[in-house]
Amino acid sequence: METNRDDFIIAIRSAFLKKGTKQRFSLIVLLFFSITILTLSKYNFKGISFLKSGLNEIVYRASFIISAPENFVVNTYKLTMSHINLYDDHKKLKKDFKALKAENLSNNFIISENIMLKSKIGDIVDISSEILAKVLVDKQSPFLKSIIVNKGSKDKVKLGMAVLDGDFLIGKVVEVNYLTSRVLLLSDLNSKVPVSVEPNSVQSILTGTGEKFGKLQYTQLESFDLNNGDQVYTSGSGGIFKSGIPVGEINIIDESKESYVLFHSNFSQLRLVKIVLYENIN
Amino acid sequence: MSLTKLPFSRKLLSLGPIILLYVSVLNEFDFNYLNLKYFSFNFPYILIFYWSLKGEGRLSYVLVFLAGLINDVVIGLPLGISSVTYLFICVFAVYLRNITLRVSLIKDWFFFLFTILVINSIFYSILVVFFNVKIDYYNLLFNVLYTFLFYYFFSYIFGYYLNLLRRTND
Repeated sequence: METNRDDFIIAIRSAFLKKGTKQRFSLIVLLFFSITILTLSKYNFKGISFLKSGLNEIVYRASFIISAPENFVVNTYKLTMSHINLYDDHKKLKKDFKALKAENLSNNFIISENIMLKSKIGDIVDISSEILAKVLVDKQSPFLKSIIVNKGSKDKVKLGMAVLDGDFLIGKVVEVNYLTSRVLLLSDLNSKVPVSVEPNSVQSILTGTGEKFGKLQYTQLESFDLNNGDQVYTSGSGGIFKSGIPVGEINIIDESKESYVLFHSNFSQLRLVKIVLYENIN
Repeated sequence: MSLTKLPFSRKLLSLGPIILLYVSVLNEFDFNYLNLKYFSFNFPYILIFYWSLKGEGRLSYVLVFLAGLINDVVIGLPLGISSVTYLFICVFAVYLRNITLRVSLIKDWFFFLFTILVINSIFYSILVVFFNVKIDYYNLLFNVLYTFLFYYFFSYIFGYYLNLLRRTND
């Protein structure tokens, strides 16, 4: 029994301390380094922030280059599939276009009426800066959903700016480097956005699930009626985003009355995005 | 003279595992585009465990540490967490190497499962307790499962590569 314990201790000690002929450092030294870096990054130590910022600039570019062959294969596959589905897509788009054309006419009237009414209560929010950015890295890990874009503090990107794919909200800037930035997607578990569900103007918080769907929380469903197909827009609460940016639509309401929102934008297809800052013009 | 006997080819072959490790952390083989729910596996875990166990010191711990830092930057995790997990995998692999008298793939395979369960518990605890980062527990569990299953497959490929390396060094 005593011998077994001794063997275990010798094997463990050797694993941690023994360097080996081809190694420069023992594992215990490197583990100590890693834990030190981790602890300092927890307390936002300045040196670690500089190290991280420097690493970010190099690694994001390197990752973009290294991912090129894989991206080429994936893009070729998608291109081939889109060619195969061309005829069906064309038929569907033609039908959608007719419907949207009619809708657009009535929308124009509502928009101008809305602007006029908002100006009366001094709530006109406008885009004060808009930056077009290219997605460098969209390697969304199974745990964290984020993308890296090729615009940073050099291009006046700031923390918290909204990121859009066309007119649809996809996330916000959570990390800014000199030449690049990280965007936390709405699908990430850590993302929380105040939203309004139309047509009943139900106020809620949209949280990510790590999947293609978001989940509505804090809606007090007993008193509100939500249905499949209801549109979800930003509510503007909290002042981070302006109100009325389209996010998605309610797709599933399960038995426990949890509502899931299908995002308008496909986060795995992002190539170019808009980083925008909304400010009250008054 | 065979191509693998040339000094440059020999050097390149011996650097193969490290190159593969860096490509995998920079590229993140995630297969997201396949749209398979919960499908993901951690290739660096497999590679680091195998080459620490069998690689006869070919996998430099310093480079493993740096690969961890790069992985944190690419994924957006707190800096240092992947280095800790990668180095702990090395510790487990070296421990297994120290206590192994008769080599068995099945034993290695199940010890690898034990290793990644412990490592992912540390990883999950640090992220949730100290950094308040939410992680889908099911994703993590399936990641462990697929990583475990793929180890068996990759150990054959790495075994073949290791034999090639040994032959070129003879």
